[in-house]
Amino acid sequence: MGKRIHVTTTINGEPVEFLCEARQSLLEVLRDVLRLTGTKEGCNNGNCGACTVLLNGLPVDSCLVLAVEAEGATIETVEGIACGGHLHPLQQCFLEGAALQCGICTPGFLVAAKALLDKNPNPSERDIRFELAGNICRCTGYDKIVRAVQDAAQRMAASR
Amino acid sequence: MSAATSAYVFLPRIRRVPSPPTPQLAAEIAALKDFEYAAAATVEEAVSLLAARGDSARVLAGGTDILVQLREGLRSVDLLVDIKKIPELTVLEYSPETGLKLGAATPCYRIYGDERLRTAYAALCDATRIIGGWQVQSRASVGGNLCNSSPAADSIPALIVHSATCQIAGPSGVRELPVEEFCTGPGRNALERGEFLVSLTFPPPLPRSGSHYLRHIPRNEMDIAVAGAGAWLALDESGRIAAARVALSAVAPTPKFAAEASEYLVGKAPTEEVFREAGELAKKVASPITDMRGPAEYRIHLAGVLVRRALTKAAERAQSGY
Ligand SMILES: Cc1cc2nc3c(=O)[nH]c(=O)nc-3n(C[C@H](O)[C@H](O)[C@H](O)COP(=O)(O)OP(=O)(O)OC[C@H]3O[C@@H](n4cnc5c(N)ncnc54)[C@H](O)[C@@H]3O)c2cc1C
Ligand code: FES
Ligand code: FES
Repeated sequence: MGKRIHVTTTINGEPVEFLCEARQSLLEVLRDVLRLTGTKEGCNNGNCGACTVLLNGLPVDSCLVLAVEAEGATIETVEGIACGGHLHPLQQCFLEGAALQCGICTPGFLVAAKALLDKNPNPSERDIRFELAGNICRCTGYDKIVRAVQDAAQRMAASR
Repeated sequence: MSAATSAYVFLPRIRRVPSPPTPQLAAEIAALKDFEYAAAATVEEAVSLLAARGDSARVLAGGTDILVQLREGLRSVDLLVDIKKIPELTVLEYSPETGLKLGAATPCYRIYGDERLRTAYAALCDATRIIGGWQVQSRASVGGNLCNSSPAADSIPALIVHSATCQIAGPSGVRELPVEEFCTGPGRNALERGEFLVSLTFPPPLPRSGSHYLRHIPRNEMDIAVAGAGAWLALDESGRIAAARVALSAVAPTPKFAAEASEYLVGKAPTEEVFREAGELAKKVASPITDMRGPAEYRIHLAGVLVRRALTKAAERAQSGY
């Protein structure tokens, strides 16, 4: 086993420290060291987006980030999306709209869609399809996912 | 999904795994061999780390190529030198008088997200907007795209048509190189032992100039170019072409500047016919291979079509001040 490196981060608002090897991806550390298993591994090569987390506010594939690179960073994972025991409107709309089947892609879609709505609260269908092109779903055929994101955007606008 | 193994892709994005993978292979794929990681604080520190280790050290910018290559066993390193924490590596300084200075590790999203660059260096914004999806663009840098030196790299034709210059730091100081001389073969470039790319500089935009980069891919997003073309042109006061640059990707062992096509355009009116002829001339620099992305003849044909379209849009942008 390689040398362990000490890393200090903030994850979902909490200060978190961990030890890792330089070769370990942020995805590996989140799942295997910190047991934050909401973030999924699909391809492990940047193509599928199942491992999407926010790194300093930006969506990244955590399989293509080394955990040591997260020193000093703020990370948000799918576990941080629900607030005070309430599902986020995106989570609610994914459930109600059946925007998932096997669910492997869902955490990545939720995190990327949340980043999209933070940047653009009223995205068109084209915007959603373009910005979420880095997230792949083998089950739903995408239409329900796009609609769930649109519904969530409307609900969030109505409650503002 | 793009499934590919070809010389032009250079490093296949998706590894074909015999199914079901043996437990040993599965573990190998999941885990990277361990290496050391060092975040350099200064250009000098990065140079000394790289010079001391030679081929067993590599630069880490956004990691979207190198981490995939390491995981797939296509490369192996003892040391990754993270350059993102060196202040010069993430600068983005622009003024209409002096042009653009772009730190080599600046991620794509900061480039296309900058309103000022959208008109001044439109082709570069077009290219950075289509490198991977949003997650990749949050990390991937233009310096990494250039230094990975894939023949199909989307930003390189844009860098060529915008006349970018590379600033390369090494053990004997900093040297400059025009970007069209940087790539020397698939995955190969002009960097010597201990050297790395610090920044790219771009001349200020000319009045009545415009540019565009586009590629052909079978999907709508997230794929490797079958062929790509960049074009830049500046018009004179009478509306004729005063200067032009055309470049191609994915049709030769390196991205190519199309000198003859570029020279032909000077003094001509920006018409469909002229652009078609420039496309024909640009085809001469194409020497593509046949692979699963497309046969050579098809790629040569595409090169002509894409150059015409890139020039048409570049001229529209020059005329409208986009
Ligand atoms: C899902 C996915 C989709 C992609 N889609 C595209 C696409 O559409 N078009 C495209 O062109 N590419 C694409 N890529 C490839 C990749 O994202 C780009 O080439 C990217 O620009 C690489 O930049 P990086 O900062 O991540 O480089 P890194 O991976 O950090 O580095 C790439 C290589 O360059 C070297 N290097 C990096 N910076 C420097 C420097 N400053 N000086 C010296 N050497 C350096 C590294 O050692 C390494 O060998 C895709 C990748 C993925 C995973
Ligand atoms: S697991 Fe990271 S992108 Fe697929
Ligand atoms: S629900 Fe199965 S991959 Fe999307």
